[in-house]
Amino acid sequence: MAMTATSAETAHHTSRSHRTGLALGKVLIYAALIFWAFICLFPIFWTVTTTFKTANNVTQGHILPFIDFWPDWKGLRSLGLSPDTLFEVSTVRDEFLKRFLNSVYASVGASLLAIVIGSIAAYGLCRFDYRFGWMKNRDISFFFLSQLILPPVVLAMPFLVLYKNLVLLDTLTGLILIYTLMVLPIVIWIMRDQFETIPVELEQAALVDGCSVWGAFFRIVLPIALPGMVAAFILSVILCWNEYFFAALLTSSNAKTLPVMVASQTGSQGISWWSMAAISTAAILPLVLIGIFLERYIVKGLTAGAVK
Amino acid sequence: MQDRSSSLAAPTASSGRQRPADTRMAIGQGLFVLASLGLAGIFLLQVLDAAGTVAIGFADWRPVLYAYLFWSVALCARQVLVRGEEGQKALFVLPAVLFTVAMAIFPTVFGFYIAFTDWNLSSSTGMKFNGLDNLRSLVNDPFFWNALGNMAFYVAMVLVQYAIAFGLALLLNAEIRARKFFRVAFLLPFMLSPVAVSWMIGKSLMEVRFGPLASLMKTLGWDSPAFFASPWIARLSIMAMDAWVWIPFVMILLLAGLQALPHEIKEAAKVDGATGWQSFWEITFPLMLPVSITAIVLRIIFQLKLADIVINVTSGGPGGATDTISSFIFREYRDRSNVGYGTMVAEVYLIVIIIFITLLLNLTARFMRKPD
Repeated sequence: MAMTATSAETAHHTSRSHRTGLALGKVLIYAALIFWAFICLFPIFWTVTTTFKTANNVTQGHILPFIDFWPDWKGLRSLGLSPDTLFEVSTVRDEFLKRFLNSVYASVGASLLAIVIGSIAAYGLCRFDYRFGWMKNRDISFFFLSQLILPPVVLAMPFLVLYKNLVLLDTLTGLILIYTLMVLPIVIWIMRDQFETIPVELEQAALVDGCSVWGAFFRIVLPIALPGMVAAFILSVILCWNEYFFAALLTSSNAKTLPVMVASQTGSQGISWWSMAAISTAAILPLVLIGIFLERYIVKGLTAGAVK
Repeated sequence: MQDRSSSLAAPTASSGRQRPADTRMAIGQGLFVLASLGLAGIFLLQVLDAAGTVAIGFADWRPVLYAYLFWSVALCARQVLVRGEEGQKALFVLPAVLFTVAMAIFPTVFGFYIAFTDWNLSSSTGMKFNGLDNLRSLVNDPFFWNALGNMAFYVAMVLVQYAIAFGLALLLNAEIRARKFFRVAFLLPFMLSPVAVSWMIGKSLMEVRFGPLASLMKTLGWDSPAFFASPWIARLSIMAMDAWVWIPFVMILLLAGLQALPHEIKEAAKVDGATGWQSFWEITFPLMLPVSITAIVLRIIFQLKLADIVINVTSGGPGGATDTISSFIFREYRDRSNVGYGTMVAEVYLIVIIIFITLLLNLTARFMRKPD
């Protein structure tokens, strides 16, 4: 299908039937694109609109706002965020905001920590030759990347016991530490790819001018590698924001994050759809916005190292 | 490194210059020895305290944590003070190594110890060593084998996701308008939290009575669209959600691969008069093989961790039909607080994964070498 490209060039020596074939191909391509875009966007649209539905709209399967049904503040009111409840004292809202902020702190904190530790490690592995016992650079890199295959369940139980003894259960510090561990291999993977594209001559010049290795790293390399770091950071934030498994096991009341709140509401039977939709919307909306405005960086982060 | 600094200092023959280097090294060594002794000492004290031999009355194990932090700092300081520039270079990877050892290697090893105990957090007896009992009950546990079988199915479904993702990547790579819009729209599902997706799709769109997807199925002639009632339909429904979330990931990798393909090759194919289908199978697909394998291997690695959607939509049901190993262990802990057995399952699973991934990587490496 990719061959339909540059139809203008080839048009003058192709037959008429070929040209209608090309037009048909175009129509099919757009039909497929629109079909898949619908599949991707409809659940998001459905969730956002269900926030504004009453019980009646839900049971009758109304879909289009303003046409099928008239929006109602019910969903947001259940979180204390509708216009009439916004300025009143609301325990639900406090609870919700606490979960929301926990998610923000945990994901941003862990991503920052992972970026700091991961970037310098990636830089070291890129530029210097190490020998820790029998381990050389290749082995150390593999050691870090192999953490990717470690499933969360393997760590979950030991962490439960360790955190209990270290009084880190249900604390944001504990959550940040384990999230850092989770995204560290990915950060190292992305940053190694970034540093490899930076010419060594730049640092060599700085070293000749009397910079230390760390000076050269901070003054010369870091500013150039910044876009890559942003990409790694955003990807880490997304992964931490969506993390559920560890949060469900290691937090109970104080450090609970948004996904755990969503999940705990899903479990209870007969929960009102509009309030579920409102919480789900709150959980996905920040990421939808990141996706729309920072798509470039996400793609950069995802494709780092995979495509050579 | 030590040799070089002394040989550099020797020609100047001034002992005054040599001394700061020596004291620096001595400080570094001393600090490190001190920190090591401190770590070992505190650890020993805490173990003795926990065993009841000495009564110091530690409230928790945090002192060991702080001692480890101090030891890490001392180790880093020693690198710089004793080894000079080489030490400064080592300082780049040391934090990550120390962090990973403390947070991943130590808990995994500790997990092996837990795995050989009978430990139920809700019972008052506490931890009891029970040898191979957990392993024995694991071999006889039909739910474990069932979950492992499900994992095989879920991993195989990655290939279906790959095929769809390849199609989408080709679509996006064609000459189209509004490419940016379609790319963002196609990427969005990947960004969303699996827990939210569980509700958005599993619990509301697929809801039997009012869900739009269920209504659609009714109009298409499926009388009672129960997506999670019978085992195979439930598995497929779980995979549909999983595909919705993960297809964008594979698609983005493949799209990047397609865009990196040299243009000349396609032009040549067109001049030769190859049809779209031929040029795909004979040119694009073989050239995309390395990217495809990377994408599939990464995807399989992530698929082996599949848990969130299963836990939240079916909690493994009906009758364990949709269970993954992770969701099985999650329930084992949450419903029965059975830490010992759960850990054994997890560690066995880890070994299975390591063997499987090693085989997979070897296989793909051999496969990739053949065409050359």
